[in-house]
Amino acid sequence: MKHLMSPLDLSVEELDKLLDLANDIEANPEKYAHKCDGKILATCFYEPSTRTRLSFESAMMRLGGQVLGFASADSSSASKGESVSDTIRVISCYADICAMRHPKEGAPMVAMTKSLIPIINAGDGGHQHPTQTLTDLLTIRSLKGRLDNLTIGLCGDLKFGRTVHSLISALIRYANVKFIFISPDELKIPDYIREDVLIKNNIEFKEVVKLDEVMPELDLLYMTRVQRERFFNEEDYIRLKDFYILTKEKMELAKDDCLILHPLPRVNEISVEVDSDDRAAYFKQAKYGVYVRMALILTLLELA
Amino acid sequence: MLNVGQIEEGFVLDHIDAGKSLKIYHDLKLDKLDCTVAIIKNAKSNKMGKKDILKVECDINILDLDILGFIDHKITVNVIKDGELVEKKKLHLPKEIKNVIKCKNPRCITSIEQELTHIFVLADKEKELYRCKYCEEAYTGK
Repeated sequence: MKHLMSPLDLSVEELDKLLDLANDIEANPEKYAHKCDGKILATCFYEPSTRTRLSFESAMMRLGGQVLGFASADSSSASKGESVSDTIRVISCYADICAMRHPKEGAPMVAMTKSLIPIINAGDGGHQHPTQTLTDLLTIRSLKGRLDNLTIGLCGDLKFGRTVHSLISALIRYANVKFIFISPDELKIPDYIREDVLIKNNIEFKEVVKLDEVMPELDLLYMTRVQRERFFNEEDYIRLKDFYILTKEKMELAKDDCLILHPLPRVNEISVEVDSDDRAAYFKQAKYGVYVRMALILTLLELA
Repeated sequence: MLNVGQIEEGFVLDHIDAGKSLKIYHDLKLDKLDCTVAIIKNAKSNKMGKKDILKVECDINILDLDILGFIDHKITVNVIKDGELVEKKKLHLPKEIKNVIKCKNPRCITSIEQELTHIFVLADKEKELYRCKYCEEAYTGK
């Protein structure tokens, strides 16, 4: 039985196959509308997340399956002190596949070791968020036509931003991918990404503070939100939350085909005026998120 | 020099950094074994100045010495059988360490999940770097 904990659980070949399947679902949704008839997805969300949960639920429903679950730890037995191990043993009896989000890093891995059904990590603290990465990869491949030969800017909270860490680990497997990290000093990429992922694999990268100076170089700009829930100190959050704001003026510095991505939700980091720019792809990205989750559910349930 | 009797079967762990022997005693879970253990602290050493030595009288197959490689791979492990030195074991960094060190990341699931095995995985042999299997946080408290 397969689970998905990190984007690296999938080989490049498996990933290509998954993205091909997602594109086929996008082109022929009716072909897949009853593939999961009689199957149940459990969404175990110990941390609130409207869009990831709804994206999973939409994906399962579009495949003809059904959904059950909880949307916060307060409404689950975790509030009574039940361990993740025990919860998943029970959920395994109720559902055929489970998407789990948890504020503690590694919680889905604990679930995986005890589970009788496939577990999808739907985000664990500041650690990994593989289905967001699959969404990002599908968006980039579908709109850019490739995953190699790209100069990618990642901007904002690169320290706690799990989407960023997962995306970097996935993209280094493609040829000639360069990274430009744009963040304040306090929110730089963690050492383990810099040393074990980038330097170890001879990946070209640079770290800068100012967004304007690197805009013309980018094929793709991935904006992130500074997340309040990742800070222990409210003062630090307030000081850093509006450090970067992508505006129409900054977009004028970008290449004509530079894609703007954002895992959403957005707060202030992308001005609403950028939404009408053809290069803004973050709402299309949300749609690709459903297709790729459909492909993932089918693959893990071996119904593809 | 203090004289501690010869052992028939077991291990003599020599060249332990002075003061570390009690930690090793616990890490090897010798307190849970019903065997004779001699802990020699601050013995004179030409090489180290001062050193600790542990003599453990036990079946040589029951002790998992992998963890010693993690604690200090410079420790000399003498294996004794029938009162004779039969092997000097070379220590290696173990690929995985279970329930010896704990993850210090407050965001890690190990901080709340009951009776979860703490597992660290060797991430970089050259740097002797271990990471928590769950959250991938590096262990820095060695």
